[in-house]
Amino acid sequence: MNRREFMQASGALVVSSSFSFDAFAQAAKPGLVPGELDSWIAVMPDGGVKAFFGKMDMGQGLDSAVAQIVAEELDVGFDRVEVLMGDTATSCNQGGASGSTGVSNGARLLRKAAAEARRVLVEGASNKLGVPVSDLKVENGTVFSADKKTTYAELVGGKHFNHKVQWNGQTGNPMDIQVPAKPKPPAEYKVVGKPLPRRDVAWKVFGTGDYVTDVRVPGMLHARVIRPPRAACKVRSVYEGSIKAIRGAQVVREKDFVAVLAPREWDAVRAAQQLKVDWHAVDGAFPDMAKLYDHVRAAKVTKRVEEVKHGDVASVFAKASKIVEAEYEWPFQSHASMGPACAVADAKADRCTVWTGSQKPHFVRDGVARLLGLPQDKVHAIWVTGPGSYGRNDAGDAAMDAAFLSKKVGKPVRVQGMRMDGTAWDPKAPACVHRGRAAIDASGKVVAYEFTSKGFSRQQIATNESDPADSLVGLATGVAPKGTLIFGTPAESYGFENKLLAWETIPPLVESGCSPLRTSHLRDPVGPEIHFGSEQFIDEIARAAGEDPVAFRLKYLTNPRHAAVVKAVAEKAGWSSLGKGKGIAFAERGGTAVAVVAQVEVDAKTGRIWARKFTVAHDCGLIINPLVLTQTIEGNVVHGLSRTLFEEVRFDRDSVKSVDWASYPILEIGDAPETIDVVLIDRPEIAPTGAGEPTIRVIPAAVANAFFDATGKRLRRAPLDPERVKAALSA
Amino acid sequence: MARYRLTVDGKPVTLTAEPEMPLLYALRDDLGMNNPHFGCGVAQCGACTVHLDGEPVRACVMPVSAAAGKTVTTIKGLGTPAKPHPLQAAYVAEQVPQCGYCINGWVMTAAAILEKNPKASDAELREGLAGLKCRCGTHVSILRAIKRAQGVLT
Repeated sequence: MNRREFMQASGALVVSSSFSFDAFAQAAKPGLVPGELDSWIAVMPDGGVKAFFGKMDMGQGLDSAVAQIVAEELDVGFDRVEVLMGDTATSCNQGGASGSTGVSNGARLLRKAAAEARRVLVEGASNKLGVPVSDLKVENGTVFSADKKTTYAELVGGKHFNHKVQWNGQTGNPMDIQVPAKPKPPAEYKVVGKPLPRRDVAWKVFGTGDYVTDVRVPGMLHARVIRPPRAACKVRSVYEGSIKAIRGAQVVREKDFVAVLAPREWDAVRAAQQLKVDWHAVDGAFPDMAKLYDHVRAAKVTKRVEEVKHGDVASVFAKASKIVEAEYEWPFQSHASMGPACAVADAKADRCTVWTGSQKPHFVRDGVARLLGLPQDKVHAIWVTGPGSYGRNDAGDAAMDAAFLSKKVGKPVRVQGMRMDGTAWDPKAPACVHRGRAAIDASGKVVAYEFTSKGFSRQQIATNESDPADSLVGLATGVAPKGTLIFGTPAESYGFENKLLAWETIPPLVESGCSPLRTSHLRDPVGPEIHFGSEQFIDEIARAAGEDPVAFRLKYLTNPRHAAVVKAVAEKAGWSSLGKGKGIAFAERGGTAVAVVAQVEVDAKTGRIWARKFTVAHDCGLIINPLVLTQTIEGNVVHGLSRTLFEEVRFDRDSVKSVDWASYPILEIGDAPETIDVVLIDRPEIAPTGAGEPTIRVIPAAVANAFFDATGKRLRRAPLDPERVKAALSA
Repeated sequence: MARYRLTVDGKPVTLTAEPEMPLLYALRDDLGMNNPHFGCGVAQCGACTVHLDGEPVRACVMPVSAAAGKTVTTIKGLGTPAKPHPLQAAYVAEQVPQCGYCINGWVMTAAAILEKNPKASDAELREGLAGLKCRCGTHVSILRAIKRAQGVLT
């Protein structure tokens, strides 16, 4: 149901004459723009509240947090607030799920809008009741004085506020609004901070709700897209006769884009298996996998940025007596979402509706509009829960494929990938090499520190789907991605007096055409990669300086919140009394500080590392919901552990060989930790920052440091798989 | 194409399909059931898991002809919000799923394990659940929920 439909269904367009005052204009519907209060909050005739959220929950309970914040500011019950997200007809483009900013950038606007709605409603009540605002209180949507009362429902239920808020003119993550109302001080919070339950658990557990894979449109065809067998290769010819025995099966081909469609899904699957396509062979697009890191080291630098530069590193190194140096390597990794992506599109001559699991549906709208040559307001994108999303995965490609195919065949089209589309053809997290160098003086003090990351850009294709050039259908039909050259540096506050943190990008392996090694954002883009190196390197320096890894970090960290999480995690884990096999790592991400202690056991015979226990200390400012926060952190730990121990995209000279769970193994439950202890540091005075990603970046180094503590051997190449463990132990 | 009779979540159904078509497509496309999911199509993840005469099977590779005459139970037939299976109640209590797409594999497999061995140890659970995937990393809360359900069952 879109905004207009539900407003109609709820009687929103019925003009009531029971009362009127200036704050609420008549029933005309204002446009869906950030500068209208109605774009954020609606009060229904029964007093229920709808909050229109332009970011997305991917199963970590963000919508519960938003509901808590809105309930808090409006003084209504948590259960009275429904959060609608991901529908371009009901919400503004706040950037979708992006950079763990759901609460910090996303809910921040809802907090202001809800506070403003409350202010306007109380003012309206004051006019209606003839009682000064200062004599009114609000509880559960009822505005009352000593002897009079009214309700939000009576004041505006089913109508529009028609009230302006000040929009900063930005779209996406930077979107903000300003309002005269002042949100509550945290000391008055009654709903924020409570461990309230998620809204999406029951329907998932009982199988009663719909995923994007379950969207069915009458008359739709099922489609499967045929990806090239090798990187950048082109179609020579397609033998449509090869699928003529399959009822209703048809081929769509546009340049190097090939798909099969059929009324029955199984027929589309069979047609995809049986279709004969003659491809031009293009050999040697990729380097020898065994020499991947040599390729990275030797590659031309396309951009270098020195993000942190204090003092004069070069001259200190030139005369240093003791230098510690190390290099760390991280492979390409896949989103490998639980199911391959799915999308349904219904393209008409003058408009298109697309159902997508993309975490950025507003950008899907923009991309589909460009792809089909439609005005943006003629495309309606509707997010429906997908099979997991941790960044720019294959969902963006599926949405564009569906829209393209629907327009081609003039019918609604449902596209779903097969397993290899989610593992081999999703955009990859970039392979990279990290080099650390530190100078230590005679007293053991670190006098110079340098850390440089070099790798493929984390945005060869953009992090959203707003441009067809960043999708596989765009690449296959001859549009080259523009790409952005960007990587990153460690996020910490070590106060080394001479310090240089830098990154360098290298050219993509395939400049144009479809590549299964195109790179983009995967959960905490380049965070696990960089900190696998930097936080191991801090340990290596600490040991070279003869210091305990916790004490060393505390000695140099200059930000008190950073030091506080290190202290908290060491205390909770009982660091000083732990035996062999313990490792610590620390990092910040976007204002959130996190430290983790891993405790591992190493089986020298099998090469298995079992990370039996993790202790995490996490400070993301004000805590909205400790229950969903803790579980989000747990998910980060395990996802991070999987990427640390198991995950590596395999490839040969022209194709990706990781196509399923056998060729791209991830963590299974036998390797899950026994315990994850989480210490939440609540700082009500500090605006909340993200939790969806920060913890994942500290897991790899904590495990590698624990492995060193257990064995005396360093593992500087990820993943820390049994072969590498055995090789290290026998070296 | 051939006709097959089977029972799905307590209801008798008749299907017309190629014998080799996987049961998953019959459930999803012919019967319009949304809850078993396509995850891999090669029995490597469990997202499509249903019970066939009480045993967990991967519907993505089980030919529909092999299910003929048998009883299929999906997660929807395992329990309902009004009458949940103890594992479903425990999943809600522990707030286990994140994206939730993997859930059929874990719940249907664990239900079968607990049916035979309600007191399964941590090691037995981990072994019995091998092969299942969860990409959001909810494994620790999955084990918590199963142990909570064991507390109700034993």
